[in-house]
Amino acid sequence: MPVQITADSNPLRHESDRRLNRIAGPSGLVIFGVTGDLSRKKLMPAVYDLANRGLLPPGFALVGFARRDWEDQDFMEVVHESVRKYARTEFREEVWEQLAQGIRFVPGEFGDDAAFQQLKETIEELDADRGTMGNHAFYLSIPPKAFPEVTEQLRRSGLAEQKEGQWRRVVIEKPFGSNLRTARELNAVVESVFPADSVFRIDHYLGKETVQNILALRFANQLYEPLWNANYVDHVQITMAEDIGVGGRAGYYDGIGAARDVIQNHILQLLALTAMEEPIAFDAAALRAEKEKVLGAVSLPEDLGSATARGQYAGGWQGGERVPGFLDEEGMDPQSTTETFAAMRLDINTRRWSGVPFYLRTGKRLGRRVTEIAVVFKRAPQHLFADSQTSELGQNALVIRVQPDEGVTIRFGSKVPGAGMQVRDVTMDFGYGHAFTEASPEAYERLILDVLLGDPPLFPRHEEVELSWKILDPIEEFWAAQDGPLEQYAPGSWGPSSADALIERDGRSWRRP
Amino acid sequence: MIVDLPDTTISAVSKTLVTLREDGGAVALGRVLTLVIVSSDGEEEEAIEAANDASREHPMRVIVVCRVDASSADPRLDAEIRVGGDAGASEVIILRAHGDAASNEESLVTGLLLPDAPVVAWWPSKPPQDVANSPIGAIAQRRITDSSTDEDPEAALLRLAEHYKPGDTDFAWTRLTLWRAQLAAVLDQPPYEQVTAVSVSGASDSPSTILLATWLQLALDVPVEHELTTGRSGIGGIHGVTLTRASGEISLERPESTIASLQQPNQPTHDIALPRRTLRDCLAEELRRLDPDVLFGEVMTRGLPQFLAQTTPVKGRSGE
Repeated sequence: MPVQITADSNPLRHESDRRLNRIAGPSGLVIFGVTGDLSRKKLMPAVYDLANRGLLPPGFALVGFARRDWEDQDFMEVVHESVRKYARTEFREEVWEQLAQGIRFVPGEFGDDAAFQQLKETIEELDADRGTMGNHAFYLSIPPKAFPEVTEQLRRSGLAEQKEGQWRRVVIEKPFGSNLRTARELNAVVESVFPADSVFRIDHYLGKETVQNILALRFANQLYEPLWNANYVDHVQITMAEDIGVGGRAGYYDGIGAARDVIQNHILQLLALTAMEEPIAFDAAALRAEKEKVLGAVSLPEDLGSATARGQYAGGWQGGERVPGFLDEEGMDPQSTTETFAAMRLDINTRRWSGVPFYLRTGKRLGRRVTEIAVVFKRAPQHLFADSQTSELGQNALVIRVQPDEGVTIRFGSKVPGAGMQVRDVTMDFGYGHAFTEASPEAYERLILDVLLGDPPLFPRHEEVELSWKILDPIEEFWAAQDGPLEQYAPGSWGPSSADALIERDGRSWRRP
Repeated sequence: MIVDLPDTTISAVSKTLVTLREDGGAVALGRVLTLVIVSSDGEEEEAIEAANDASREHPMRVIVVCRVDASSADPRLDAEIRVGGDAGASEVIILRAHGDAASNEESLVTGLLLPDAPVVAWWPSKPPQDVANSPIGAIAQRRITDSSTDEDPEAALLRLAEHYKPGDTDFAWTRLTLWRAQLAAVLDQPPYEQVTAVSVSGASDSPSTILLATWLQLALDVPVEHELTTGRSGIGGIHGVTLTRASGEISLERPESTIASLQQPNQPTHDIALPRRTLRDCLAEELRRLDPDVLFGEVMTRGLPQFLAQTTPVKGRSGE
């Protein structure tokens, strides 16, 4: 008897078969803002890499939409060039040939009804010629202020319409608003057109791979979880530092600042992943429930003045290069009070974390590009050792390096070889890149594949976004009430002295990442 | 760097490895597995090259055991260590055992295995009769063979099936993965109709074709027609698969060596890049999972006897 086949049971997919990757079903990806940097350096190469790994459907289509006077052919050239230059995997002519057959371009402005009509026709044509079967994802690689217009156009032209047996999804990038109010507005706009589970929010700094790495480290091991609480942990430091300035994004950055740009989404997500309880399942809903609980339990210190710090980078020499100060950047308001460095202390008053401060910091033009979570443990009782013997022993620490060189470092004390008893800090290091070289896919590959497969995203839903704004809004309001100018810090340093004062007040110091 | 150690012992090799590590920094840290390649003299370089390539994904220690001139009156062990640029992200230890020095194979490698890390054994050709119970096979978690290198691949498959133990795997199965993924993806999509008939065609010397047919029969529970297409201008491996459903036929054909075409009712014809997989690809895929491949075990122990019992291959269009 032939085996029954249904939408949920495919006899060729067996639970014990771990070799088969899931290939996305017939579908197309429509990119708005296809001329941007992100699109050229990340999205298009990621699409090729997926194709090269055999994870895209044979009938895949890639449609570009932008204000350019291009034909399909011109766009194909652009994609070809960006694939040759930025793709992670080797270039194979036969893969490219196959991908190129599905590349289309639609010229137009976001306000142009006719252009969206043409987009609709292009997509319908692809459904027939390429077999995309009415499944399309819209990637909005555009400034948030254009979201309302584009989503409205998608609704008006019927492109966003969800039909039986087909899907339409939308991908939006951070920032998700600039405070609680605008975040809600933005959300209302997008969710008025697309249902909540068709909206994919993306923080490319925090790919699914990183999230899952942290989850595996914490919950697959017996080693860490018993220590992961206020009994053993002294404090946690989360750092995301960039060594570059705002560059050409001065206009965008002014009025946003480091806290809104990075802390609201990225660092608070890392905090949630570090501090949350074990979820009951790995699915998006269970994970969100835990993250929301811990974000809801975050409390702000009473005196925001002494528990937060901010600053702007000054001009000067950084690593052999002369760089302008933030206020001297081209197109920047010289009176701007937008911070390029932000640090703060947050507390989580749960049973697990009561009394363990979380210090967060982020900034531009800092010492080097690094994102890490450092869990610093309490000092062991030193009854056995004289002070002089452990003068070089610090606190034990477990450092999760998010990027670059993703991995984990453990710092602990060890005896210095020799006749005397001297204890000094040493490190044990694990790198994903060393233990499993090269296999880790790019964040965007995972992301695009998840969107095409309709895998419920691990990306934050709007409840989480709102919770993080609730944490940040009072601080932003407090800062807005202060007068400028802001404290300046030297480029290539680790931030203003007020940031050091913030942590030293508690008798601690920042780790040098 | 290549270090030659003529007429040596395993302890001396082991000592040299430690010295190399101290001199050259942390060369040997972070290795995740030991790969033992059991090879005959002269064919080891191809295997080493594939292993070096695959080591970019899985940093490992590679031990190549090579039996030279079994009847040599001058038994001795020559070793060669390759690290750094000469070994990809791995370190390669080549052991050439002359004459009786090759006895007790297990003792040749035991002293060089990474502590507490999995061992994978690979016979690029001519595996022992009972792979899992051979000296090297017994210490390995995964045992890789390649039935396509045998003069009679079908007989080789049967031999492997007869002695199958969890942990065994064969490259003929690995070469199928991309085909299987495409076929599974087709059935993921509507219309969700039963597959009523299947036919598979491939070169007569391709064990992958037999395994593909076996797998389809096992999974779909329908008779599978197996067509041997011999002598088609040097193109080996699988040539095509046809699944028949009420709404029509789905066919995945690979007339050329790298591009396959997928035809489905009411759908445009699609080209799919489906090249024959390289040794490196196959090895990297095998090393990705180190637990037994349960499905492969099913196919070998349950599917294969059943398939061969009821099918006599149709000799198809013979070539020019």
